[in-house]
Amino acid sequence: MVIAPPQGVTTTERPVKLGVAGLRIRYGEQTALEGVTLDVYEHEIFGVIGPANAGKTSFLKAINRMDMFNTDMHVEGQITFNGLDTRKVRNVYGLRRRIGVVFPLPVGLPLSVYDNVALSPRLRGEKNRAELDVIVERCLRRAALWDEVKDRLDTLGSMLSGGQQQRLTIARALSQDPELLMLDEFSIAVDPVTTMRIEDVLKELRQEVTIILVTNLVQQARRLADRTAFFLDGRCVEVGVTEDLFTGEVQDQRTRDYVDGRFG
Amino acid sequence: MFEATQLNRRNETTQKLFRLALGGMTGILILPVILILGTLIWKGAPVISFEFLFTGPTKGMTAGGIFPALLGTILLVLVALLASVPLGVAAAIYLSEYAPNNWFTRAINLAIINLAGVPSIVHALFGVGAFVIFFKFGTSILAASLTLAIMTLPVVIVATRESLQAVPEAFREACWNMGATRWQTIRRVVLPNAVTGILTGVILEVSRTAGETAPIMFTGAAFFLPLLPQSVFDQTMALSLHLFVVSTQVPNMPEQLPYGVALVLISLVLLMNSLSIALRMYLRGKKKW
Repeated sequence: MVIAPPQGVTTTERPVKLGVAGLRIRYGEQTALEGVTLDVYEHEIFGVIGPANAGKTSFLKAINRMDMFNTDMHVEGQITFNGLDTRKVRNVYGLRRRIGVVFPLPVGLPLSVYDNVALSPRLRGEKNRAELDVIVERCLRRAALWDEVKDRLDTLGSMLSGGQQQRLTIARALSQDPELLMLDEFSIAVDPVTTMRIEDVLKELRQEVTIILVTNLVQQARRLADRTAFFLDGRCVEVGVTEDLFTGEVQDQRTRDYVDGRFG
Repeated sequence: MFEATQLNRRNETTQKLFRLALGGMTGILILPVILILGTLIWKGAPVISFEFLFTGPTKGMTAGGIFPALLGTILLVLVALLASVPLGVAAAIYLSEYAPNNWFTRAINLAIINLAGVPSIVHALFGVGAFVIFFKFGTSILAASLTLAIMTLPVVIVATRESLQAVPEAFREACWNMGATRWQTIRRVVLPNAVTGILTGVILEVSRTAGETAPIMFTGAAFFLPLLPQSVFDQTMALSLHLFVVSTQVPNMPEQLPYGVALVLISLVLLMNSLSIALRMYLRGKKKW
């Protein structure tokens, strides 16, 4: 596994998947997040930790250009995806298709298990049933859900248990063939065993996709993330190799206080 | 340790009293329904026969059937639905899914609410001015139906918009995040889940359309016609107007005939409602969350 270079060292060998520079997000006059400048490298798990209201979810929304659907939300600064400015991308729908998102609470669309996973390919215009079958099986397998649902692909997604639904949403995100997978506190509504299973899935996925993992569990970030950013009160306080946040040098004492559980 | 204190007992008594009072009020509420339906069936049922339903009136309307009026009402409702459902649903989708939240949208919403409050006789006069005279449809089924459609549009729009807004926002966001356009999201996720609510709106519209008299009196419904309408540009008889006529305008009317007309009108509305409700239950059974 590639170890991320230490803080402050310029990186030439690692390709940047997502570049964020001078990001500021506000809702009306209310600033949700500002002063974020960081790079996410290809095939890494990039953790984002921080207490509630730190701006973590807004960060993900800005990457995905969801401000398009919310007239109140304003994004300033620059976000590049594969080196392209996401504000200047002509086909934002194509951009979003390359970015899979998993929400805190599983959103089982009121469709069958099969249709949930096949939705994204169908949106792309895939109609061939055999092709869809292959995609559905592959994604459900990668999300470690296939064995549990293969005999009832026709049941409603919302009839599955909470943990299964969350894996279903991961399968749905994978059906987009994303280059970047963003998970927003995925373990909030999931039992510990399922959380561990999903974490294993993520470790496997790292081979193929870049992952941004927003989490309220600092230990989860420690287990999974190569590098981690710490957000606090709408600011990015620290970005660094995950282990450094826990044991090494930190630039800001509040980071250490937070990961040690002294507040938040 | 669980003995009732005086306060407990008093609370218990109050609770029983209120339950009784509230239940009693509800009982009073259904009384008119039972009385109306009871009277209609009691007095009207003997008149109903195959001949009554499927032949035209004779002897200055004091005998014979009501077929032209029955057919006319069905036609009026159908044409009105054809006009108002596509228009109303489209407007509701725009208002709920696309329209930015600005003063213009709010003005439109306000206009819709006000439209719902306009008395039906005013709609009738509007229909005369707009459809009969300006568009030169004459007094016809088309003019009458369009007047009815305008009158019932707010019902369709409001019901549709509410059912669209009842679809959780999370569904939309999940879909958008996948790279779906707004329309793809509406088509695949929002509409399928709002269909039951939209049908409710249509049910309400049917009931109101079938029963209205004022809007059609000047725009297309006739007192008496010897022939059935041949196209939407002909006038027609209608049950609601026919009921008014046989109840008040014709001398020597057999006492039971108006009751029969009223019974048919109300049964027609109930029948259409039950059809829609059955369809709604069928769709709801297929999709649930």
